Amino acid sequence: MMFSKSVRATPFLKDACFSRAFAESIRQFSHGLPSRMASKGKDIHTSTIVEPPKVQPPEGSTISLKSSSRDDSMFGTRPIYLDVQATTPTDPRVLDKMLTFYTGLYGNPHSSTHAYGWETEKEVEKARAHVAELIGADPKEIIFTSGATETNNMVIKGVPRFYKKTKRHIITTQTEHKCVLDSARHMQDEGYDVTYLPVNSEGLISLDDLRKAIRKDTCLVSIMAVNNEIGVIQPLKEIGEICREHKVFFHTDAAQAYGKIDIDVNDMKIDLLSISSHKIYGPKGAGACFIRRRPRVRLEPIITGGGQERGLRSGTLAPPLVCGFGEAARLMKEESKYDRAYIDRLSEKLKKGLLSIPSTQFNGSTNPKYQYPGCVNVSFAYIEGESLLMALKDIALSSGSACTSASLEPSYVLHALGADDALAHSSIRFGIGRFTTEAEIDYVINAINERVEFLRKMSPLWEMVQEGIDLNSIEWSGH
Amino acid sequence: MTTSKQVLGLYKSLLEKAYKFDNYNFREYAKRKVSDSFRMNKDVKDENEIKNLYNEGINQLAMLDRQTTISKMFTFDKLVVEPLRKHH
Ligand SMILES: Cc1ncc(COP(=O)(O)O)c(C=O)c1O
Repeated sequence: MMFSKSVRATPFLKDACFSRAFAESIRQFSHGLPSRMASKGKDIHTSTIVEPPKVQPPEGSTISLKSSSRDDSMFGTRPIYLDVQATTPTDPRVLDKMLTFYTGLYGNPHSSTHAYGWETEKEVEKARAHVAELIGADPKEIIFTSGATETNNMVIKGVPRFYKKTKRHIITTQTEHKCVLDSARHMQDEGYDVTYLPVNSEGLISLDDLRKAIRKDTCLVSIMAVNNEIGVIQPLKEIGEICREHKVFFHTDAAQAYGKIDIDVNDMKIDLLSISSHKIYGPKGAGACFIRRRPRVRLEPIITGGGQERGLRSGTLAPPLVCGFGEAARLMKEESKYDRAYIDRLSEKLKKGLLSIPSTQFNGSTNPKYQYPGCVNVSFAYIEGESLLMALKDIALSSGSACTSASLEPSYVLHALGADDALAHSSIRFGIGRFTTEAEIDYVINAINERVEFLRKMSPLWEMVQEGIDLNSIEWSGH
Repeated sequence: MTTSKQVLGLYKSLLEKAYKFDNYNFREYAKRKVSDSFRMNKDVKDENEIKNLYNEGINQLAMLDRQTTISKMFTFDKLVVEPLRKHH
């Protein structure tokens, strides 16, 4: 790798070759490390002979960046789970409910001629009521689906198609989940116009932009409630009011918000809302769509057939999943105060512990009104997120959303906030949930502190910054 | 009438069960939840309410009994924050 003198402002970390090479060099470097590498240099004053750790990582393993301050052989090996935005563990109380359907209650809820059908149907309706209650909806307004992806598809394709004779325009934002953006692209291919609203540096849309974007033929506004990467909460009530005023349907993807922040569909004038079960400690493969009845929202179904779920989503319901989802929703309501106070406390602790590291940045809103505390997204400058993730094999984390974390591409959400590539590349999302423990948070703070320091020590970028070189004045070459 | 001896007995049984989760996160949650719930309701005086809470606790005990059994049937590696118990 060489740098030339010409000044080019283009971001350099975007270059995947560079990132991969950097990551590889770290992997190789970390191989040659003594296992008690960092911060214990002062130990020479003590007279005890330090025994090598009993358990060495296997040959060829990349796990070499072990903690310097404890004997790892005394502890387990499975990583801490801190990725609750991707999915949550199934609550044992939810599983308890589900098991009754995998054992005795196996009837088809749509069988209306016998007791097996009736008993499961009754349970399904109870679940529907629980799901509705959490957002102040009527149970009749809840349609069960396979998850938020299906719901988002159903809404973004279904509503404009129903009103296609008069309306051809959809508004959404640049920071939506991939399944919303992809459905919107699909509608563009079908000849609809789509406006993608920009967001400010905190990830919030501007209400003025929204007002200006609404046209006579606008049919649907789709703006997510809580962002899955940075946890920022959009001003739902204000958006709802603008939409109602202009007689445009307002859909919100509440996969990350449902049960975690207060939502009332009537107060916020929400017309359609997407819910996912596996983000609230329920089973995977279940979700729901809230569809307002008054004023009525019509949509063209994607899945047709037996006419279940008011003809909007045909197919036999899965009572184990639906009722597990219902139980998860009931628990979210019952535990809401308890869970939120707990998550708030751990989040504060984690944020404090991470942001005390130099050259770090919190991504999201600093106003608690617009920030969900269970999602803490932090950028560590002069380190590449993927390298840090690689050095953190003992913590299950993600840089960006689950669907994009497999690639080395920087997050499009952070890009939309105006973050440069380097920052977008070096961000990591920490998710805190009901089952996260304080000991885990302490461990994570300690591990991140240690390894950020370690990675920076061998980062040529960090060295240059310490020497006062402006990184933006360097052009990288050598692809 | 629910006696304070019954309530104390329920608390001890629930906590005992909570410790039986093999899964670290469920175990820690159940322990925290049991003690916090009793602490939160320690000033409840209304007899009917006490009875309802007691019955709710009995249901939770049955659930914990089933779920801790399942947790012990499907075990996974210990987490990096879990000290390994030395056997023998
Ligand atoms: C904001 C958002 N929308 C939609 C989804 C997809 O949900 P599901 O997995 O239920 O299809 C997710 C989950 O990744 C999400 O975070």
